Amino acid sequence: MQIRRPSDIPPSEITPRSDYLNRRQLFAGAAGLALASGLSGQVQAASLATQKSPFSTDEKLTSLQDVTSYNNFYEFGVDKGAPVAHAHTLKTSPWTVKVDGLVAKPAEFSVDDLIKGSALEERIYRMRCVEGWSMVIPWDGFPLADVLKRVEPLGNAKYVAFETAYRPEEMPGLQSMFPVLDWPYVEGLRLDEAMHPLTILAVGLYGERLPNQNGAPIRLVVPWKYGFKGIKSITRIRLVEKQPETSWNKQAPDEYGFYANVNPSVDHPRWSQKTERRIGEGGLFVKRRQTLPFNGYADQVAQLYSGMDLRKFY
Amino acid sequence: MDARSPKPAARAGASALRVPKLLLYVVGFVPAVWLFYQGINDNLGADPMRYLEQSLGLWALRFLVATLAITPLRQILGINLLRYRRALGLLCFYYAALHWTTYLVLDQGLDFEAIWADLVKRPYITIGMATFLILVPLAVTSNNASIRRLGGQAWARLHRLVYVAAIGAVLHFLLVVKSWPPEPLVYTAIVLALLGYRLGRSVLRKLAPKPEPRRRAA
Repeated sequence: MQIRRPSDIPPSEITPRSDYLNRRQLFAGAAGLALASGLSGQVQAASLATQKSPFSTDEKLTSLQDVTSYNNFYEFGVDKGAPVAHAHTLKTSPWTVKVDGLVAKPAEFSVDDLIKGSALEERIYRMRCVEGWSMVIPWDGFPLADVLKRVEPLGNAKYVAFETAYRPEEMPGLQSMFPVLDWPYVEGLRLDEAMHPLTILAVGLYGERLPNQNGAPIRLVVPWKYGFKGIKSITRIRLVEKQPETSWNKQAPDEYGFYANVNPSVDHPRWSQKTERRIGEGGLFVKRRQTLPFNGYADQVAQLYSGMDLRKFY
Repeated sequence: MDARSPKPAARAGASALRVPKLLLYVVGFVPAVWLFYQGINDNLGADPMRYLEQSLGLWALRFLVATLAITPLRQILGINLLRYRRALGLLCFYYAALHWTTYLVLDQGLDFEAIWADLVKRPYITIGMATFLILVPLAVTSNNASIRRLGGQAWARLHRLVYVAAIGAVLHFLLVVKSWPPEPLVYTAIVLALLGYRLGRSVLRKLAPKPEPRRRAA
């Protein structure tokens, strides 16, 4: 399959705002405008000023409705519809992210600090879930590398470990009698993966601040890896020397590797990864499409893994 | 079974529950019709194929559980729903067939190479297929003519395969999900309880010092 240059069409010309905003959001927007006169800047701050990115794909966007109502966020339940139903209980402000470990200048940033510290970009990325479905999502965020540079990693830092909030009183999935994962959710990247320009911290979606179910207020997006690597609602980023533990790898190491690079030639033990269903492509009779190595980002990232056996380091 | 249903079944409590069997089929098909209707109108959410496939499978399991619940209900609570067992069993089969067809046609697009790879590589697909195959002879012989031809005992022995199908169905469900969400665990517990009851009863009967005279269904 041909991989088109990402910058052929400006992303702004792909989906007009009016097409993806559904009625409910239009009403919410109208309510927001009405409130804005009385409540000063708080409501307007929800919209994000972003720059276009040459890394964006020009593929057709998945609707805001599908992106925000069909996802996994096990802290709020295991069904795809659970996050949108329950995530409103999470308090996302104030929110700080501690960045420490093997760094010269450990710090605790508020999300607003992080947004002000970088130029926000719109990154339209393909997202491939390990379960065999995919979406195209316009994230708003900035390179993770920006944050890491601010804390100055030390020479012995080899990996980056991430941790999500653990708040049972705000996350009903954590109150379950049968914990589905070892909480809190943790993830990790190798330092060079973390520093790669495609790797971003997202604070928005479709030009607005992230909805809670999608990982508000700040989440990781690594577009060439399966979606579960994109840890949501991050509270801590730690630079470490040894490969950190990751939640799904701990749960089922034969099914979810540390690297989790999208790879059509390495099956998940329970299903093939050769093909995927693009969400929202149309009704019951959607044909599967071929899955691309590194989710179509091979040109940019394959060299990170040169010399590695990707069947072993899956 | 109905032709040989013991007469005492028609006693007091049971008569209040005399719903026409045809009604059971009609009601039983409501979820399927509703799902297809919603599917054609694109109201099954972001991943409609997956939703349809999973819902049909779940309904097949629910009817299987209902079929297995008939005997304990009668023996423990004296509620006799035996005359509905065939309809419930067949509904289970119809939903299993729809679930299987959805997998073959909508999910895999009749890509037989991919289906074969699934079948030989993935235990949950192997178990699911085997479970469906077990249900076929049960569905085919679910009529009075087959009971007469096979003879009651042979027929009953054949239909004990439903216990294997029940175990296959919950295993299929347990293996397809990530992690340990509660729903498949709950169904597994119900199936184990229903089968455990039968096992326990037969063990107790064997251990009993003096075998009770065989009682008729009451």
